[in-house]
Amino acid sequence: MTRKQRRGILIGTAVAVLSAAVILVLFAMQDSVVFFHTPSDISERKLEPGQRIRLGGLVAEGSVKRGEGTKVAFGVTDTLKTIGVTYEGILPDLFREGQGVVTEGRLGADGTFVADTVLAKHDETYMPPEVAKALKEKGVKLGAGATHDNGASPTETPPSGSQDPANGS
Amino acid sequence: MIIETGHFALVLALIVALVQTMVPAWGAHTRDPRLAAVGEPAAVSQFVLILIAFAALTHAYIVSDFSVANVVANSHSEKPLLYRISGVWGNHEGSMVLWVLILALFGSAVAIFGTNLPPTLRANVLSVQGSISVAFLLFILFTSNPFERLDPAPLEGQGLNPILQDPALAFHPPFLYAGYVGFSMAFSFAVAALIEGRIDAAWARWVRPWTLAAWMCLTLGIAMGSWWAYYELGWGGWWFWDPVENASFMPWLLGTALLHSALVMEKREALKVWTILLAILTFSLSLMGTFLVRSGILTSVHAFAVDPERGIVVLTILLVFTGGALALFALRANELRQGGIFAPVSREGSLVLNNVLLTVACATVLFGTLYPLATEAFGYKISVGPPYFNLTFLPLMIPLLLALPYGPLLAWKRGDLLGVSQRLMAVAIVSIVMGIAIAAYYQRGPWLAPIGFALGVWVILGAATDILNRARFRDVPWPEFVRRITSLPRSAYGGVLAHMGLGVSILGIVATSAYQSEKIVALAIGQSETVAGYTLTFKGVEQARGPNYTEDVGTFEVTTGGAFVSTLHPSKRLYDAPPQPTSEAGIYPSLGGDLYAVLGDKQPAGGYAVRFYFHPLVRLIWIGAVIMFVGGAISLSDRRLRVGAPRPARRGTSAVPAE
Repeated sequence: MTRKQRRGILIGTAVAVLSAAVILVLFAMQDSVVFFHTPSDISERKLEPGQRIRLGGLVAEGSVKRGEGTKVAFGVTDTLKTIGVTYEGILPDLFREGQGVVTEGRLGADGTFVADTVLAKHDETYMPPEVAKALKEKGVKLGAGATHDNGASPTETPPSGSQDPANGS
Repeated sequence: MIIETGHFALVLALIVALVQTMVPAWGAHTRDPRLAAVGEPAAVSQFVLILIAFAALTHAYIVSDFSVANVVANSHSEKPLLYRISGVWGNHEGSMVLWVLILALFGSAVAIFGTNLPPTLRANVLSVQGSISVAFLLFILFTSNPFERLDPAPLEGQGLNPILQDPALAFHPPFLYAGYVGFSMAFSFAVAALIEGRIDAAWARWVRPWTLAAWMCLTLGIAMGSWWAYYELGWGGWWFWDPVENASFMPWLLGTALLHSALVMEKREALKVWTILLAILTFSLSLMGTFLVRSGILTSVHAFAVDPERGIVVLTILLVFTGGALALFALRANELRQGGIFAPVSREGSLVLNNVLLTVACATVLFGTLYPLATEAFGYKISVGPPYFNLTFLPLMIPLLLALPYGPLLAWKRGDLLGVSQRLMAVAIVSIVMGIAIAAYYQRGPWLAPIGFALGVWVILGAATDILNRARFRDVPWPEFVRRITSLPRSAYGGVLAHMGLGVSILGIVATSAYQSEKIVALAIGQSETVAGYTLTFKGVEQARGPNYTEDVGTFEVTTGGAFVSTLHPSKRLYDAPPQPTSEAGIYPSLGGDLYAVLGDKQPAGGYAVRFYFHPLVRLIWIGAVIMFVGGAISLSDRRLRVGAPRPARRGTSAVPAE
């Protein structure tokens, strides 16, 4: 075998693996990409029910209702529109009214959002970037979160007024 | 005063790093040995200065000096000592100081142990290493200074995020950083080689131990993070394909590729250009990991409060170093002489396949991680989750694992595929039988799971075959075999162990992903629920007080077939400072699988929501990682691979006067 042939086999293998990967990526991108929406987006754009999406915003004040077993219902709001969400399971520790949240699931025919995932935060002062950005676009003034690191400013107020005792940072 | 000393030491370190960047490179360029030798004392003193700064910061945390803004924001006087110390790197500023400390540690290690490196190479390596220090010290001093004072000083700090107050996470960042930063050595050596336009097998021999050490630390660091996520976050998962996780996983993939390609370069002087490129890319991905985590530009389940402006600075550093190194690579790569030739079926060929698959797999992970950023520029906000990675990454791992046992059994230059297949026949049969057995046992789960399980067995037994083969099992009589197997070089055992560790992890990953059982129920006191053959009876919830938290502790009695097994105590904690709730899972661990319970919310009608899991073989994931680490350590202790070891050929001749 000449040097050229050997190199040809090497390059051929690399190209074959790479094209296999590209095909896999294209295939995977078709149905495993999930779009992010705010409550206003959903009411404006008339999304098809049944499509898997992410819904983000703030948990509406006074909206959390615990149902039977581990069922829970709450509203996600961007202060303009609110979408009702149902979820069955255990909510993350930092899930609280007035706090930023990202849920993933499908929009039901009746307009409520059936979530199978509620994204947790690790940190009191953290807000998911989509939520922070979406709320900013909607003109909601953000307090703690989004841009501030490790709560270095003790006088910060929590977002959208929830006087949560836990938000002292 | 101590704080000001630390601050001052950090500024001095910056100046020393500037000297280290410029003087040795100039000395190497002008062939002035005195200037080139400046690198060593500079590297060592830079390390000492950063150590002083780090010690000063740690002291402030230990004594809870609340006149320091960083301590106020991240510590609390009632926190246990371990977490007061780990709080130093549990925040952005402190973690960056740890970052440069490890960077300087590696730099000074080159200065101290690299005495047998060619002087110009050493000067250039220290120069490049110094320039990375300069960039990050500037970053710390101008955007993330941990030594800023507060006046007046508050009486109490705000505390460390409770989920970070955990032993695994206390040590997770140092190991992860040692891995990230350790790859800077490969980067500096690659850039130095490009500056000199010369590279040979000795280069690979010097680079490989550093890369191996970094890889070991990164392996352990990732495993610790995964273990922590598993028991601390209470979701029962151990990997989420989250951007922050991928950020550490991508350098690991490329670092693994680099370890293997450096092997080819050391033994056969082939793949020079490729190895240099990999060294540059591996460290670039480490920098990108730092950027992704620090900028918070991607939505992550593990995200902590972040500052986008700092992200931009890290991005600039990333672009300058990657761009600069790649430009140098484009200019100089052609000058590197190509080395040994080999047939496609050979040890080299198999290592090339390893490299191609690992690199492409890493590229798919990179694409999935960054794609949301690209679409956001066009106004779409999307997320790429586990389904994408399962569809792209996993299929690429199958050929890699299939080929893995072949690699070490094939000869250099030209291998005998058929002969090796015959040697692996028994292993193949056992693996297939194991795959069928697991499918028959569970009779559920995805069809890929038995294949994955068989591949895990295949990798473990294939590695064992390698050792038997090296000792010429069956070819030589027993006493001779025993003598051979005990006198194999440690690096041989190291490699075999690392491969076995991978196989062990795969068994755990496959079993727990495909066959876990989950139940979410609301239980009143006295009620019970069955999961995976275990019956859990809810005995009640009691309040308890920890060192800096109060908790509601649930009690669940576990029985199987009426016999008592264990008692689980999942709890919900509320920390004093910051007042943040966390869930602590109750876990009954065993090699066969973990029984895992999480206490949920109190129900309006009484009782609690509870989540139970059974994760079969889940411990194997982390045990496998520890085996990989041990394998690396054994390999590192091999005298041929010892840091900065001279060429073996010179060892014999050194006593003989030059002719």
